[in-house]
Amino acid sequence: MSTTFTDAVDDILGVIPGSPLDQLRRRRPVTRDNTQASYLALFHTGQLDDAGASERYAVALFVALLHDNHAAAAFYASGLTQSGAGPALTAAVRDAAQSGDTEGPYGTYREPGLQGESKPGLQWVAGQDLRDALGIRLTAALEHAHLLVFRPREASPAALQALLSAGWTTTGIVTLSQLVAFLSYQLRIITGLGLLNAQPTDEEAERTEAQNERIYS
Amino acid sequence: MSDSVTTYPGLNRPEAFTQDQLGWVPWLEAPTVEELTERQYEGLVDRSRASSDYFRLLARDPDILGARTRTDKDIFYNTKEGLPRAERELAATATSRENGCVFCASVHSRFASHYSERHDDVQRLLDDGTSADLGPRWNAITAAAAALAHTPSRLNAGHLQALEDAGLDALEISDVIHGAAFFNWANRLMLSLGEPEAAS
Repeated sequence: MSTTFTDAVDDILGVIPGSPLDQLRRRRPVTRDNTQASYLALFHTGQLDDAGASERYAVALFVALLHDNHAAAAFYASGLTQSGAGPALTAAVRDAAQSGDTEGPYGTYREPGLQGESKPGLQWVAGQDLRDALGIRLTAALEHAHLLVFRPREASPAALQALLSAGWTTTGIVTLSQLVAFLSYQLRIITGLGLLNAQPTDEEAERTEAQNERIYS
Repeated sequence: MSDSVTTYPGLNRPEAFTQDQLGWVPWLEAPTVEELTERQYEGLVDRSRASSDYFRLLARDPDILGARTRTDKDIFYNTKEGLPRAERELAATATSRENGCVFCASVHSRFASHYSERHDDVQRLLDDGTSADLGPRWNAITAAAAALAHTPSRLNAGHLQALEDAGLDALEISDVIHGAAFFNWANRLMLSLGEPEAAS
């Protein structure tokens, strides 16, 4: 039952039950429930033939790190460990994220009218040590995840062929794509709501102002 | 079903961002309508979505498709309270413009134009990008969506303050965040599993 799991967004954000942020999220119960149902469909599914549990968590840890979200990275690193992966794999994923660190979105447009806006940038590929540590399938998955995270406008049939050649099935590619795309959503909900929650209320702002006056007067 | 990639050498591709109706062709093989199982239909949520190559391809993993579809519909169609539909579509369009998804931008710019009746402003967003001057309230929404599209995110307290100054309450600001965040999901699927086709 999904109710045995707490809410992943709340977990990562540290939302306190009954707090203003909790109340705000509960004003959109269908969105809140289905954001969680999406997480469960990707990370707590019995359908692991085309994409294994450790592969899913390794990609999630990589994507969270590329977004510079340390709370989410800790959450997915814990899932990776629980899926049975050893510390060497976790370390390799962290090394991969460090070597792929950049800022997006960028990339070259295929549309002729948008060439002036093309912004070429890093097309990340794993080095030999990483390939050895990650294996062929996960190396291909992380390279594709990097493409989707930073330069989705450069996606191509060749990028999908690289996944097929590394042993991913068509269904596995759909799941992997959903996973990276879902995380691109979930991590932004966490960032946005976290910021919204940090906004001082008028009362708090007045109190801060009064305190500052005392300090500086 | 085979595991292979399909390419379209002679495809009539769009030249740039447009509000015109575009098609979309898949690079991976989608199940045919006849092949769809009942579980896959459940993932589609609306049975009519079976006519779309995009949704039939996503139906290869029906559970995540179903949860995603329900998230999508609530974020955009549940307008009993909160942000008006036009501005949810504006956030979706700005996100798609920033990420470079010509297909998503075409669909949601048409919705933004339809619900706001501000076709020319929407067209300027497509032509000039998310820095186009569309008036204080729309500028606040497109700036927040563009900042949130960045990886790592560039959204900051100033963006939220600008939304508040434009008259948005907490639920409406949360709706901007959700509409924009959701298109970071949609853009990546649309851009990476196939490509848009212009009407001939």
